[in-house]
Amino acid sequence: MNSAALNLDLTALLPALGMVVAAAAVLLLDLVNRGGRAPTRPWLSWGALAGVLVTAALSIWLIGQPAASFQGMAVHDERAQALNLVVLTGAALTILLSVRYIPNVNSQTGEYYGLILLVSAGMMVMGSATDLMVVFLALEIFSLGLYILAGLRRNDRRSSEAAMKYFLLGAFASAFFVYGAAFVYGATGSTRFDLIGDALLAGRADPLLLSAGAALLIAGFGFKVSLVPFHMWTPDVYQGAPTPVTAFMSIGTKAAAFAAFYRFFTGALATEQASWGMALAILAALTMTLGNLAALRQSSLKRLLAYSSIAHAGYILVGLTTAAAPGIDGALYYLIAYAFMNMGAFAVVILLERQGEMDALGSRLNGIARRQPMLALLATIFLFSLAGVPPFAGFFAKFYVFAAAVQGGWSWLAAIAMLNSAIGAWYYLRIVVNMYFAEPTAETRIEAQQLSVPLTVTLSLAAVFTVALGVLPWVWTELVQSGLVGVFVGGLAAR
Amino acid sequence: MVPTSYYLILSAIIFVVGAVGVLGRRNALIIVMCVEMMLNSVNLTLIAFARQWDNLNGQVFVFLVMAVAAAEVAVGLAILIAHYHQSKSTNIDDVNVMKW
Repeated sequence: MNSAALNLDLTALLPALGMVVAAAAVLLLDLVNRGGRAPTRPWLSWGALAGVLVTAALSIWLIGQPAASFQGMAVHDERAQALNLVVLTGAALTILLSVRYIPNVNSQTGEYYGLILLVSAGMMVMGSATDLMVVFLALEIFSLGLYILAGLRRNDRRSSEAAMKYFLLGAFASAFFVYGAAFVYGATGSTRFDLIGDALLAGRADPLLLSAGAALLIAGFGFKVSLVPFHMWTPDVYQGAPTPVTAFMSIGTKAAAFAAFYRFFTGALATEQASWGMALAILAALTMTLGNLAALRQSSLKRLLAYSSIAHAGYILVGLTTAAAPGIDGALYYLIAYAFMNMGAFAVVILLERQGEMDALGSRLNGIARRQPMLALLATIFLFSLAGVPPFAGFFAKFYVFAAAVQGGWSWLAAIAMLNSAIGAWYYLRIVVNMYFAEPTAETRIEAQQLSVPLTVTLSLAAVFTVALGVLPWVWTELVQSGLVGVFVGGLAAR
Repeated sequence: MVPTSYYLILSAIIFVVGAVGVLGRRNALIIVMCVEMMLNSVNLTLIAFARQWDNLNGQVFVFLVMAVAAAEVAVGLAILIAHYHQSKSTNIDDVNVMKW
């Protein structure tokens, strides 16, 4: 015990630590150049991007050497790595979206990039956490950062309002989460997932305390990933927050919270699958249905994407409900596909925003195909993928998750999910139809000032990967199942 | 020795009082105070369980909760001040530019 307690092996948390170091470096760089002449300081963005890329390299290098740190409170396995890559992808594309956007919103660019990196670090810790204490800490690390980022536009009432709502409801949800963690600890005598599992196997757990704890934890997680009925904050916060932050939030929080969801339920509560499986299935059905129905009547693009993000959280939850390898891997594939297609969709929103605005009406896309055919094509790719039209990534994501649900004996859930995809297709495809067949109006124009090189790069990367992941879905599945090293070695051997 | 259930009942009462305060009060500052009360009731629960199981996990968890609560208040008050500059009010009924 003594030697184990002194053994400070940080390997499992190296990627997250890389992000923290990068954040500190960006903050210092900003400080050094405080008096500099260039007001926008774009090189801060490049510094932050370099930090993300170095961390991604670190995370890729770590694969094939599963590690556990702090007496098994955090691990680095294939799934942690897959989630790290989802978060890092989100962070990198967000930084690219922010290069031109953030200097117009807030002059504190150094703090902005520092926070983005720290929030990513929190999300990555959550993806590796195998202890309720670590999950709680990681949850708060990224939530506190996101509260600040949502209110970044301090002179805009909607932004500070978004921060206020997010903070008050988020703190409330955290209290429920930690109360649930306390109950689970009280029921089993441990906060570590494997020891909780052992206590359940041995029948040492108090069933009442345990189910109360699990229910409170679901509420806490449900808030973070905006499952119905804990979703009320989502549209307002998504609408009020600066658009790159919204894009990052929709991807990163989902990846992190679903990782913790998966590790807790399939790791610690594996023996109780009969009871929590049904609870998650009902939540997933409610989330998909309400999210899609509410999205039908939105005219603001950001609110539409907010409700669509609620619906996608429901689809991903379908994969977790099965608690079997195909469902979990399907959910991971869904997360990476969602990262690219959603980033692309938000990049289009940024292009449509006028100076000083933080949102755009969907009607601004009417007839845009006649004036900006390339942009219309890219927007079509993202919307088709979000709707789940083959051959884009979104189709295979849905296919894997729904197939896993049918295999796992959740046919009714898969049926509800498919009905929901049809409802979802209606509001995504309606925009596509308007882009190509509606008459252009005075509102139809994109903001040339927003069309910068980094934004073009983001749009292209998102489009390429949305198509590539759809045409070659096995690449990512291979990555998830065998680890990156396997793929690289396999590729070299094939030569 | 006081049975664990006494502590649990007390902390549950405090937690519910805090939760009702969050849902019922209109002043954002008081809501933040109510959230703090909920977190402290959780601390009491954790300490009670730590004594019952005779291990230190619960006590360590309490320190984490306290540190997080402090950070949360710091961020929360800053957000409140930023919002007050815009709306000149701490009443959450004035947080209504977007549909709640």
